[in-house]
Amino acid sequence: MDQTGKAYWSAVLGLLGKILAIWFVVSFGAGILFADVLNNIKLGGYPLGFWFAHQGSIYIFIALIFYYAKAMDKLDRKFDVHE
Amino acid sequence: MDLQTMTYLVVGASFALYIGIAIWARAGSTSEFYVAGGGVHPVTNGMATAADWMSAASFISMAGLISNMGYGGGLFLMGWTGGYVLLACLLAPYLRKFGKFTVPQFIGDRFYSKTASTVAVVCLLTASITYIIGQMTGVGVAFSRFLGVSSEMGIYIGMGIVFAYAVFGGMKGITYTQVAQYIVLILAYTIPAIFISLQLTGNPLPQLGLGSDMVGSDVSLLQKLDQVVTDLGFGKYTTTTAGSTLNMFVYTLSLMIGTAGLPHVIMRFFTVPKVSDARTSAGWALVFIAILYTTAPAVAAMAKMNLIGTTNTAAMKGGDMFAPESSLKADERPDWMKRWEKTGLLKFEDKNGDGRIQYYNDKTKDEAVKAKAEAAGWKGNELTVNADIIVLANPEIALLPNWVIALVAAGGLAAALSTAAGLLMAISAAVSHDLIKGVFKPDISDKNELLAGKISMAVAIVIAGYLGLNPPGFAAGTVALAFGIAASSLFPAIMMGIFSKKMNKEGAIAGMLAGLAVTLMYVFAHKGIFFIKGTEFVDAIGGPNSFFGITPEAFGAVGALLNFIVAFVVDKMTKEPPEHIQHMVENVRIPRGAKAVDGAH
Repeated sequence: MDQTGKAYWSAVLGLLGKILAIWFVVSFGAGILFADVLNNIKLGGYPLGFWFAHQGSIYIFIALIFYYAKAMDKLDRKFDVHE
Repeated sequence: MDLQTMTYLVVGASFALYIGIAIWARAGSTSEFYVAGGGVHPVTNGMATAADWMSAASFISMAGLISNMGYGGGLFLMGWTGGYVLLACLLAPYLRKFGKFTVPQFIGDRFYSKTASTVAVVCLLTASITYIIGQMTGVGVAFSRFLGVSSEMGIYIGMGIVFAYAVFGGMKGITYTQVAQYIVLILAYTIPAIFISLQLTGNPLPQLGLGSDMVGSDVSLLQKLDQVVTDLGFGKYTTTTAGSTLNMFVYTLSLMIGTAGLPHVIMRFFTVPKVSDARTSAGWALVFIAILYTTAPAVAAMAKMNLIGTTNTAAMKGGDMFAPESSLKADERPDWMKRWEKTGLLKFEDKNGDGRIQYYNDKTKDEAVKAKAEAAGWKGNELTVNADIIVLANPEIALLPNWVIALVAAGGLAAALSTAAGLLMAISAAVSHDLIKGVFKPDISDKNELLAGKISMAVAIVIAGYLGLNPPGFAAGTVALAFGIAASSLFPAIMMGIFSKKMNKEGAIAGMLAGLAVTLMYVFAHKGIFFIKGTEFVDAIGGPNSFFGITPEAFGAVGALLNFIVAFVVDKMTKEPPEHIQHMVENVRIPRGAKAVDGAH
């Protein structure tokens, strides 16, 4: 792989790291491991931990994928590897 | 118009629509047959993926499961949606760049080995065939409950419909019928939910209604529900977890990895024109899935509230739930109860002979509830409710018009048929493209391969129908197995193929076999070898759930972990992959040069 290719790939891996960290924190973190603590906070009629497990993580997943698609398009152009 | 006629009319109209699409979208080449010509718009593909993915289980059973499990049911919600993040970031765009027709073909080419692709075909066939049994039984169930025909007849009709558009249209026919099926199923799911949310909370959006106050009070729905279920001895709705926290964690992870590794879902991303389309298409798929998946927990909680409110008047109005007059008089029970009693999904048994229905948890560990129930002369729970009722009877519980009930029937069938068609596509492509063209007859012409594809599709439909008519007695365990296999064998192999340039064929094959073997062993130990009753060997592995209390359904992630470990150890001990393979991996990683899918080398 040439230098640009290497730089592109490490930028991609950096982005993936960020995306997957958020993916993990909202579902496994807020929805499961820390749900009990978060349940002390209320979001309308929802206990917050319960909300993350039954609603919130799904909304954040959607936002993550569209953010990823956009950020990748930017990276593709920056490193001139776009279609 | 009576309910029966209305149901025939709505279901008949939806079937006519599917057949119309089948006639319009016939496949003329292998590219059209396998990947719909590679020209599907990302939003269209997202919608088709949503229908492909949401099965009879998602539509009919999931809300009921959540209703029973409470908070712990969130593992289905997070697990079956979080997988799309993995799919969008780790697999779909790279597989699209690779530009071939099937998952085993990627594994075979990337690991330069026919053994690897054959192992992948075996994993794919096992996962898809077990999954399809559940869909065929779902078709039978929907027919028999709503249309009053036998479940066998229902399966034959279902087979005929799928045959019409899958055999002649291939992926092209399936894609456009799935779009139509998505629209039918999502309307059928959300319309009753909107009405129920309005009735209970005054908020038309179920997603907000679940977090709102009950109509005419300043107590929130969830708070009220927590209170009445604990009063009746059930676990607190918003906190009861699924087994242990560790089990819920691993179960959720297994469903996510399994979702990302299911071949019939991955295949859908071969149909879009560009790599960037594959990324956004996964986002659209999740949007369309989320409409149902964020409604389901509202349906679950509201149906539970309605059910308890129907059987115990004190639940809604306040007062003593254990007072004799609070329980519903059996001969005043609503019509929908009588109707569903006939199907066996709802059972009422007057254990204490007082002519009233007592619905509570008679196995509760709460001594105060036990004492109150005994003092009131309750002799055990008198109402058994199958989880499927929650969605199927929902419109009747909320007293909605007949056309809504008919729509739910059409929606359940759409969910089952669309998933069945996607699975059949994955099966027939694996047989005609990976086995016949890949292994036995590499010089087959495009025309003959198309014919082979259509024949294997027809054979697969007959096998699926046969298994649906004669379910091997393990239908309930099959979905767990499909996810376990996809998670433990296919997902790690594909991921390493993209993200580890040095991964060689020895490592990948050993990893897949190890992941598959340990997952099958754990599942079979609990449920019997190939689910044959009496062959369980759960004591040999140290008792039920012996691996840190993890249930067999949740085990796929452990299998996947073992797959990764074995693959890397074997990889280190054997020689690295040839230069041209490493170049191929580099090439797969960048979007430029993505070509239209043609299947050629």
